Amino acid sequence: MVGLPMTAASSTGATASADVPLKRRLRRAERTRQVKALALVLPLLVFLLFTFAGPIAGMLWRSVDDREVRQVLPQTIAALAGWDGKDLPDEAAFAALASDVLAARASGTVAIAAKRLNYALNGFRTILTSTARNLKAAPDPGMAKETLGKINAAWRERATWTTIKDASGPITGFYLLAALDLTRNVDGAIIAAAPDQSIYRNLFMRTFVISLSVTALCLILGFPVAYLLAALPPGRSNLLMIFVLLPFWTSLLVRTCAWIVLLQSKGVVNDSLHWLGIIDEPLRLIYNRFGVCVAMTHVLLPFMILPLYSSMKAISPAYMRAAASLGAPPLTAFLRIYLPQTLPGIGAGSLLVFILALGYYITPALVGGAADQMISYFIALYTTETANWGLASALGAVLLLATLLLALVYGKLVQGQQVTGGMKN
Amino acid sequence: MEAGMVTPAPALVRFSGIQKTYDGEHLVVKNLDLDIRKGEFITLLGPSGSGKTTTLMMLAGFEIPTHGEIYLDGRSIKNMPPHKRDIGMVFQNYALFPHLTIAENIAFPLSVRKTSKAEAQERVKSALRMIKMEALANRRPGQLSGGQQQRVALARALVFNPQLVLMDEPLGALDKRLREQMQLEIKQLHERMGITVVYVTHDQSEALTMSDRIAVFNDGVVQQIDRPDALYEHPVNSFVAHFIGENNVLAGTVETVDEGYCRVALAGGGTVTARAVNISGAGASTSLSVRPERITILPDGSSSDGPNRLPAKVQNAIYLGDHALAVLDVAGNGEFMVKLQPGAHDNLRHGESVFITFRPEDCLALDPV
Repeated sequence: MVGLPMTAASSTGATASADVPLKRRLRRAERTRQVKALALVLPLLVFLLFTFAGPIAGMLWRSVDDREVRQVLPQTIAALAGWDGKDLPDEAAFAALASDVLAARASGTVAIAAKRLNYALNGFRTILTSTARNLKAAPDPGMAKETLGKINAAWRERATWTTIKDASGPITGFYLLAALDLTRNVDGAIIAAAPDQSIYRNLFMRTFVISLSVTALCLILGFPVAYLLAALPPGRSNLLMIFVLLPFWTSLLVRTCAWIVLLQSKGVVNDSLHWLGIIDEPLRLIYNRFGVCVAMTHVLLPFMILPLYSSMKAISPAYMRAAASLGAPPLTAFLRIYLPQTLPGIGAGSLLVFILALGYYITPALVGGAADQMISYFIALYTTETANWGLASALGAVLLLATLLLALVYGKLVQGQQVTGGMKN
Repeated sequence: MEAGMVTPAPALVRFSGIQKTYDGEHLVVKNLDLDIRKGEFITLLGPSGSGKTTTLMMLAGFEIPTHGEIYLDGRSIKNMPPHKRDIGMVFQNYALFPHLTIAENIAFPLSVRKTSKAEAQERVKSALRMIKMEALANRRPGQLSGGQQQRVALARALVFNPQLVLMDEPLGALDKRLREQMQLEIKQLHERMGITVVYVTHDQSEALTMSDRIAVFNDGVVQQIDRPDALYEHPVNSFVAHFIGENNVLAGTVETVDEGYCRVALAGGGTVTARAVNISGAGASTSLSVRPERITILPDGSSSDGPNRLPAKVQNAIYLGDHALAVLDVAGNGEFMVKLQPGAHDNLRHGESVFITFRPEDCLALDPV
């Protein structure tokens, strides 16, 4: 209530010459604070570097790393360096291969190269192992081509050699191309992979569709709940908030298994519907897309509700009153005044749910059918079952890229609108 | 309710027997009858919890009366939703939509009324000119100062030419100087545009500055409705006398009543003559009200001998720039204020004995506090 003097023209004292030392002094004063702040976050930073940034970098590296063939067949790779790939390579390359195979058999590393080459050309494993088995000794000079051709006719085909050349490393785009259902043909051009191997684009598509459906379901179910939470008096909204947070305190596995109990053909839902006479045959509610969406939506709902709630809590009821007093019917006021102010919350919640859903593994594995497995299932499969780390890493890299792109788009969208100010409650 | 009570002047708004309770036990507004005339600036003034804001909210449609009827232009609006009432409102915290620009904020009431684009643009432009903020049309509310936000809120409430404009403590968040400037601006807008304004405040000087009439609320009841000068000069009870302007209170007992005047024996000793305003008769206890500027301090031993001459002891003398204030101890009231010309306080010493005097017509005998 005290009358303050006007503050106009109060900061004109600093002259241009005094500016520089002032800036320096400010920097110096700020530096101590910055060092202190850095010291506070340093332990976490180091932790993240080792457990997060490091592994991600490692994964990205693995998706392009290609040194297995190079280690096993070094002479062949060297001999093929000058090969133009238009015809069969010359005798020297055959001789080098024969020598490499003999050396690899002696050191027991044939399988390493065979595995890698088999990814690129189905059946290469047999070619290489049979060659290693049947090649008794180094072929006579000038006879390497004929000898190898006799052992396995595949050595007379250009594709066999281009496969080796493609796998010569040390880095390759092979896994990344494979993750996008692409491959190189005999001439090195990028073409679509054979239909029976083109599963990853579909897989990414499926992953995105499931994630989008779950995000949409979470938004539809979460929005009214968040609205209620924001509108209720504190006492009751706290109680409701506990119900919202309850799933957080239960293990993911337990919650997913609970859905199995509820949704299976002799489960609670089917039995109830049958008892009520609504259905005669049990509905198929689980081990399909429906089950996956229901279980994932349940697990991810809090991640939608919380950002929505916090954005709605910041909207003063006075806005809706103001809109009404200015002549806006309730629906208009909601659409034009309330909804736009919840957009940052909708964006944050949707992004959070979508990104979390992209990486879901356990829930689809437990309540989904074969056609509902998402990309992380295959990443896990390649990592643990077939040990194709290159492909697993490439799939992970593509997923990471898509996620980063989304986050970037969201960042741009949010930057465009300022959502603070106005009310000073 | 009171069918016989019909005022000749056409009332734009009529509250008739309005009661409002939130909890079913305690009435926030008790039996309110109030007419608001077309084109007038009426202020609902009172301390917090007196029911003034509730009254405003019932008029705006955000609260529903528990009992009684509200008429707007002769029609009952008890069941009319707020957006159909055609009442502009300025909120305490402005409630400017943060995601819209200033121009979009002002255009909002026009666009929900489906005003043509060209006309809306024209009206927004002239509204911006009215508040002298054409240059800031594309800013967002968060980028404006409090005073600027206040102006935008005002423009937004006026741009659709509502038949009535409500203002709920619109200047409460501003500092004193800006508040006084905005008071004058709002008053000028009211006079220029001929709009009807219902203004809610707890600040009596704000009410005195701006209003044509003031309704003083206390405890859910309108104590008095009158012009600002009448409220100050002729308060009907102690609450109004105390709430409007500075006021000195002396407790006493009525001895005699005679032709509008009465003799009152003060509890702290002495007898004075006062105008009988709100007393039940001889023998009743009363509170006397005297304004600080209606009192004269007599030098000790002065020979002047009016009907109201009381001994006093100086407690303090305060210099306030354009005037000075003497704090005296008069008949047991240790905070008795007397307004003086600056300089006149120089020769008052703490503990000094003086005499004060005031005219009987400046001393009001009111209900006991």
